[in-house]
Amino acid sequence: MIEILTTGLPNTVQDLGRPGRLALGVSHGGAMDGQALAVANLMLGNDATAAGVEVALHPFRLRAHVDTAIAVTGADCRVTVGDRPYPSWWAMPIHAGETLAVEAPRAGARSYLAFAGGLDVPVVIGSRATDVKGGFGGLNGGGLSRGDRLALNPAQCLLPTGGIGAAVDERRPAANGRTNLRVLPGAEFDAFTPQAQSAFIEAEWTVTNDANRMGYRLSGETLSLVSPLELLSHGIVPGTVQVPSSGQPIIQLTEANTCGGYPKIATVIEADLWRLAQAPVGARLRFTLVSGEEATEALGAQRRWLDSFATALNPTRRPG
Amino acid sequence: MPVAAPRISLAGSGALLLDAAQGAFSDLVQHRVWAVAKAALELEGVRETVPGMNNLLVLFDPLALAATDIGSQLTSLWTEADATGLVGRQHNIPVAYGGAGGEDLAGWAVHCGMTVEEAVRRHSTATYTVAAVGAMPGFPYLSGLDPKLAWARRGTPRLKVVEGAVIIGGAQAGIMPMTAPSGWHIIGHTEVKLFDPGGETPVLLRPGDTIRFDIASMEA
Repeated sequence: MIEILTTGLPNTVQDLGRPGRLALGVSHGGAMDGQALAVANLMLGNDATAAGVEVALHPFRLRAHVDTAIAVTGADCRVTVGDRPYPSWWAMPIHAGETLAVEAPRAGARSYLAFAGGLDVPVVIGSRATDVKGGFGGLNGGGLSRGDRLALNPAQCLLPTGGIGAAVDERRPAANGRTNLRVLPGAEFDAFTPQAQSAFIEAEWTVTNDANRMGYRLSGETLSLVSPLELLSHGIVPGTVQVPSSGQPIIQLTEANTCGGYPKIATVIEADLWRLAQAPVGARLRFTLVSGEEATEALGAQRRWLDSFATALNPTRRPG
Repeated sequence: MPVAAPRISLAGSGALLLDAAQGAFSDLVQHRVWAVAKAALELEGVRETVPGMNNLLVLFDPLALAATDIGSQLTSLWTEADATGLVGRQHNIPVAYGGAGGEDLAGWAVHCGMTVEEAVRRHSTATYTVAAVGAMPGFPYLSGLDPKLAWARRGTPRLKVVEGAVIIGGAQAGIMPMTAPSGWHIIGHTEVKLFDPGGETPVLLRPGDTIRFDIASMEA
């Protein structure tokens, strides 16, 4: 059992979500930075899909009521257990009565906490993830509050006092607040004016305050269509960049509405969605057009990266 | 009448959008969308299919299957799929028209240039088809609204429209499966639950189902 001491409502129980149900109107959901949560779980010997906590509002503090182990990944934060400091992307033991604290990020936006055995909350529509918009899953369908208690599934996880770390240089969020994102041209890319097309690629975009698990509204140059466009509602995937009549883009993310009707100028490639999860309000974004082949190659590299953790941390999965 | 081949675009690293819309919504095209959505799930590497309004989003594993391969397989399916097979269920939805749960009823009747009774009579005698489910869990995109009852969406969406609200948005009718923001007009309320996350089948309405709205009560 763990007890939440310091939190904000944007902090939620998450796992890798409930893909496969878009046709029911149910968003994929799950951790915004799914790889960070997956690695945190793997470091503790959990399945990558075990439920942990997504911290979008720091600082975050909890008290353990049992001896267990915790891994913290994602944003670059100062982490302490009792008075012992740890870097992020680290797994460490915690004793009953001790407090874990995750301070405000030096870089990045979201921290992921995994627990030996995973959080024991009910599975709702195939997942333990909190669907904030729909108000289901996680702990009673909503964000975490001070005093909330969460049970852990039984598990054996013996770590040295110093814990173990993950080498994740390529996964460190940009410290200068600038994030480059690779995008595929959207179905309506050619319906935008040449000025809009070049501004989208060449200009810098700022993540506004209106940024959450459903999507990020950006501010920057105004993007105009050659002529008004009426689209019937169609399914969209996380990463879709829509441009409503205001001309300011919205990037749809993991809890986005499953259907939309605004013109789509681009789609952020799946392999770069974690960079958005780690882009805080005020971050500046740049987009680079890539081909479908490049998007697939990037996804392959990301999956190999994750598989390498699974293999290194769980020798039974080692091939041969 | 033949249904034209869809325009296919890459909608993401592992997603293709088949868009067969030609202006206004077509029931004929939609039957083909449903058929291809079902058949495409059998293709190797396809993860999910999402029927929209005269379009279909297909999610696949791009490391298992090239987009061009899946594109040509989908084009063949579009031509070959048997679009006559889907038989949906019929649902009767009792509606309390007007009153506190249907605050836009009187304004809607004025907009349509008819009495409240006439607007409600027309709304409750039509048969609606669930063309697609989406946006939020269990939300039905309904076709079949009497064109005389259409009403463009509000300029400013309401931040909160309650679960069970029976609504009109443009040429579409709908029902709110959960409390959420919406720019549609509220003409009544139903107690029928469209989304129950804890239930065995969390979503009541499926593409191809038909709906009749029954008058439970009316308060102008």
